[in-house]
Amino acid sequence: MKPIFPKSLDFMIRAAGAGLGVAILTGVAAYSYFTLPVVLDTGYRPEQPVPYSHKLHAGNMGMDCYYCHNTVMKAKFAAVPATETCMNCHTRVKTDSALLAPIRKSYATGEPVKWVKVHILPDYAYFNHSAHITVGVSCVSCHGRVDQMVEITQVKPLNMGWCLECHRNPAPNLRPAEFVTKLDWEPPAGKTATEIGLEIVKAKAINPPVNCGGCHR
Amino acid sequence: MSLVQISNAKKQRLPLDQLGQTPEFQGWAEGIDPQELDSNSRRDILKIMAAGAGLAGLVSCRRPQQNIVSFSKGVEDLIPGKPFYYNTSFNLGGVAQGLRIEANDGRPTKVEGNPMHPTSKGAASTYSQGSVLGLYDPDRSSFVKKDQSASSWDAFGAFAKEHFSKLGDGEGLAFVCERNAGDSYRSVVAAAQKKWPKALWLHWEALNHDNAVLGAAMATGVIAEPSYSYDKAEVVVALDHDFLGTDATTILPTKQFSQKRKVLKAGEPMNRLYVAEGHFSLTGGMADHRLRLKPSEIGGFAAEILKLVQENGEIKVEGDGRKKFVAALAKDLKKNAGKSLVTVGPRQAPEVHALALAINQALGNIGTTVQLVQPLTAPQAEPLKAFGSALSAGNISTLVVLGGNPAYTLPVDLNFVDGAKKVKTLIHLGLEHDETGALAHWCLPQAHYLEAWGDGRSSDGTASIQQPVIAPLYGGKSAQEVLAELTGLEVTRAYDLVKNFWLQSFSGDKEKAWKKSLHDGMIEGSAYVPLKASVDVKKVAAMPLPSPSSGSELVFLAANGVYDGRFANNAWLVELPDPMTKVVWDNCVTMSKRTAQSLKANMGYSAEEGDMVSLTVGSGSIDAAVVIVPGQADGVFGITLGYGRETVGRVGKLAGFNAYKLRSSTGLGFAPVTVAKAAKRYFLVRTQDDPEGDTQNNRPIVRETTLEDFAKEPKFAQEVEGPALESLFPDWQYDKGNQWGMTIDLNSCTGCNACLVACFSENNIAMVGKTSVAKGREMHWIRLDRYYSGEDDEAMVAVQPLNCQQCENAPCESVCPVAATVHSPEGLNDMAYNRCVGTRYCMNNCPYKVRKFNYLNWTKGKTEIENLGTNPDVSTRMRGVMEKCTYCTQRIVEGKINAKIDPSGRRAVRDGEIQTACQQTCPADAISFGNINDPNSMVSKMKASTRNYALLAELNIRPRTTYLAKLRNINPDLAQEKKGAAVSSTAAH
Repeated sequence: MKPIFPKSLDFMIRAAGAGLGVAILTGVAAYSYFTLPVVLDTGYRPEQPVPYSHKLHAGNMGMDCYYCHNTVMKAKFAAVPATETCMNCHTRVKTDSALLAPIRKSYATGEPVKWVKVHILPDYAYFNHSAHITVGVSCVSCHGRVDQMVEITQVKPLNMGWCLECHRNPAPNLRPAEFVTKLDWEPPAGKTATEIGLEIVKAKAINPPVNCGGCHR
Repeated sequence: MSLVQISNAKKQRLPLDQLGQTPEFQGWAEGIDPQELDSNSRRDILKIMAAGAGLAGLVSCRRPQQNIVSFSKGVEDLIPGKPFYYNTSFNLGGVAQGLRIEANDGRPTKVEGNPMHPTSKGAASTYSQGSVLGLYDPDRSSFVKKDQSASSWDAFGAFAKEHFSKLGDGEGLAFVCERNAGDSYRSVVAAAQKKWPKALWLHWEALNHDNAVLGAAMATGVIAEPSYSYDKAEVVVALDHDFLGTDATTILPTKQFSQKRKVLKAGEPMNRLYVAEGHFSLTGGMADHRLRLKPSEIGGFAAEILKLVQENGEIKVEGDGRKKFVAALAKDLKKNAGKSLVTVGPRQAPEVHALALAINQALGNIGTTVQLVQPLTAPQAEPLKAFGSALSAGNISTLVVLGGNPAYTLPVDLNFVDGAKKVKTLIHLGLEHDETGALAHWCLPQAHYLEAWGDGRSSDGTASIQQPVIAPLYGGKSAQEVLAELTGLEVTRAYDLVKNFWLQSFSGDKEKAWKKSLHDGMIEGSAYVPLKASVDVKKVAAMPLPSPSSGSELVFLAANGVYDGRFANNAWLVELPDPMTKVVWDNCVTMSKRTAQSLKANMGYSAEEGDMVSLTVGSGSIDAAVVIVPGQADGVFGITLGYGRETVGRVGKLAGFNAYKLRSSTGLGFAPVTVAKAAKRYFLVRTQDDPEGDTQNNRPIVRETTLEDFAKEPKFAQEVEGPALESLFPDWQYDKGNQWGMTIDLNSCTGCNACLVACFSENNIAMVGKTSVAKGREMHWIRLDRYYSGEDDEAMVAVQPLNCQQCENAPCESVCPVAATVHSPEGLNDMAYNRCVGTRYCMNNCPYKVRKFNYLNWTKGKTEIENLGTNPDVSTRMRGVMEKCTYCTQRIVEGKINAKIDPSGRRAVRDGEIQTACQQTCPADAISFGNINDPNSMVSKMKASTRNYALLAELNIRPRTTYLAKLRNINPDLAQEKKGAAVSSTAAH
């Protein structure tokens, strides 16, 4: 009697099984990769209500970060400035730019500008800017070269493992506190950044928390 | 740039909710005919499912867009993320409480005592702390109602202008107000009284100190009120006076009293407290000697003391029972003449208050421990009578109720509800639509004290400014504003009224003085000066006394949580266990075991229904559930006021029994009562609900001895039974950095519950409701255990607050399968909520049972307005997660960061800089917290005391929280009799 199924079916079933296995593995691998914070979160660059260019203000014109983010040394938030701060200059500069219309409107009406948040930490992680800035962790360590960004983009993954890398070994990211906002700071000749960082760790007895309670409450 | 980064850099990846708002989506959605969706062809369903799945995928690929909304114009001094602190005051029963409010981004989130205020010194009561929850109560009165339908302030203004201009000299007009001793408030009342000279005024508080004022007037002929300095007294005699509990503005008395109980070394002195009372109060629990007396017998007892202290020569202590007690007490008082004080509770008749003053005069205490000062508010017995008769005669055509709930709290013989029906215009200003609001023609929303300007006088007379922290959430106005408007004053804004009044009283730079008083929350040096009055001892001794009754007596008490009922819709205060009975969500009638047996009434334990008794006073009768309290006088029944509200928000509904139905103007404090067992049974829920749990089951949990024995055997508390303590695990290294530790002094702790409410507020503790508490699911991070010791009749009480003990060898940590609870290098037992999977192993392995599990999602369904009151520094916990006391880790981290960023340079945390919420508010200063590695810190000094012991030390889990053993200062003359109790309590260890 002629078999109902041809002999080649054996191969096809094996091939299908292997294919399914490969597909599942690929799926798992793809899922794991694409949901990594470094993939999923870095590069986030939402559109802002006003196309404020950090490159122009902080880079080309050399405005210090503290001019606008003035609470960063005192509080957990690096406060986004009040519309008033923009208007300190823009009552004289570019007074009729169409792009600045939302700013002028906000200044006139008192309605705030709704900026879009770029660097988002989960609510259960209690990050404090002041503790990092005053000890000598530069803005650049977490936010990248903001002075070169036309639009703010998230460049670091901001996940817990990434935080802990620095909390376990803070030296490479430390610099004298006065250079914190100098994003293109280079260590003085003859020394590496890590060497300087180690000196700071020693001088200030820096011992960042690596226990849960350090950031989670 | 990698392919992935390019794809990520693409803009406009919107979450679903925002995608739905885009014009593209709207256009696409409008193209779909809804009729089409109804056709159930397979293809359509598949299409919709596929679209749904696709959209679901879209949602998960990007979390929702978040906005940063900065100010348009900057606010001076405001640093986003840093709380502001304002000093203000809260009028409770006519007495201003000096408070400090923490405001996060303009939202008041926590109430603490004002450390600068002389009567609060940083501490705050359960009521003051709980009041912040009332601000965000979604059941609050939120709009003007005319004849129970919506109206507006403008409509009321127009009506009032016309109506009140026709009232002439005020005939037929009556005002019922809450008491307020504030000077600017009084000036508005005076203006109204001038405008309507014939109007009736009743400044009604259900709980007041009128009898003390009347008694002082009897004794001295001067309108005065006694003010006590407990910190100067070696011997304190409290006659039916719960000055550490609910009978007074407890903060200052507790602060002063506890100072005298901080014995660290053997041989140090301590004060001695005698209490005579019928029910069992917190003060009774603190007593060194306690005598059970019916409230009506207190007067005779006071007269006996007066007679004995006036006698010349040594008092002979002989006989037994009451006779011996009074002799020993009088002897002790005489020995400490000038350094003792006798106080009487507000329930007692004026004559008894006069007697106590006479005793104090005879002992030379007046001028040292007792001062006579101007009373804050005038007694209202006469106005109450006048108002009652006018109401029943129908002589009141316009009745204005400015705050408070007279329909619920007025004595039952006034029959307010019927009388109010004869009133043509009833205007009610209230925080909620309550029993009075239900009768009113106009219901006006009242501003919460955190929303309105005002002033008050605190218990020592210090003028205190009430500064709002937030604009009225529901458009309410304060009583002062409404009264000014009704009177037609030119200035009606409360800010102007208060400021103008005080500006004219200042001298020098007035504006500066005003700013200082706002900053301080009070006006410095404005306390009342003691009056020069002396007591006519002979006259008082000759006065006739109210005769003691032979039958049963019912005592009306203020509730530790809901006070007189005004906090009945406040979940924190309703779920706050009564300190003695541990009942939550209800009140109950307390009685001694013998009395309960004579009524054949049984108490329900552990999720069983218990018996109810019907209480009849005069013509009023209610049924209430029974709780047996050992040590209560036989034939005395205690019941707390403030429950059984009928017209109330969702929290207070069906909570407890309304004792006001039994309270008439002749028996405001206590009344003769007929009690019978009722047929009904009732389900009471208690947080300490095991019949065996009321005692310590022969285990040394609260260690206690007498002052005398402590001197002989100072290390009594530190004995640990069992074999030498060795651990299988390697020891942690705790010799570096900050090592947090805590001590709780059981000799100072009165069990007032203030720490619990502080913890609710600071740590966003969820309230769970009666049914869940019955299942043991309450989320309180501090449990205040109350233990009875000794014989039933002579029972003594010891209380013990129990939070997470932060064990160094923590048993919870070793059983957690996901490392959600781990140890910190500073000795804290960290809890990472996001790691917790809810196995509850840790809860089972905790010998102290202080871990709390979120069985349900308690934060779900909270309204937006309720969420405003949460502390932004602490995560709210979700369902399926374990939680427990963290030593306020958020405060520790903030304190450490503040030390690091100190403008004068990075430094170590100073001792006392970081305070846990419970420690901060403790009126008895019983809690110390700090770095145990620093030998000079307060907590190290406490731990060095030989009274210091670790609870369940034999388990070798090395808790960081330790207790200081309790002492009782026994009078040697009474020691023989007390020995029985003392021995049995020692044996109970």
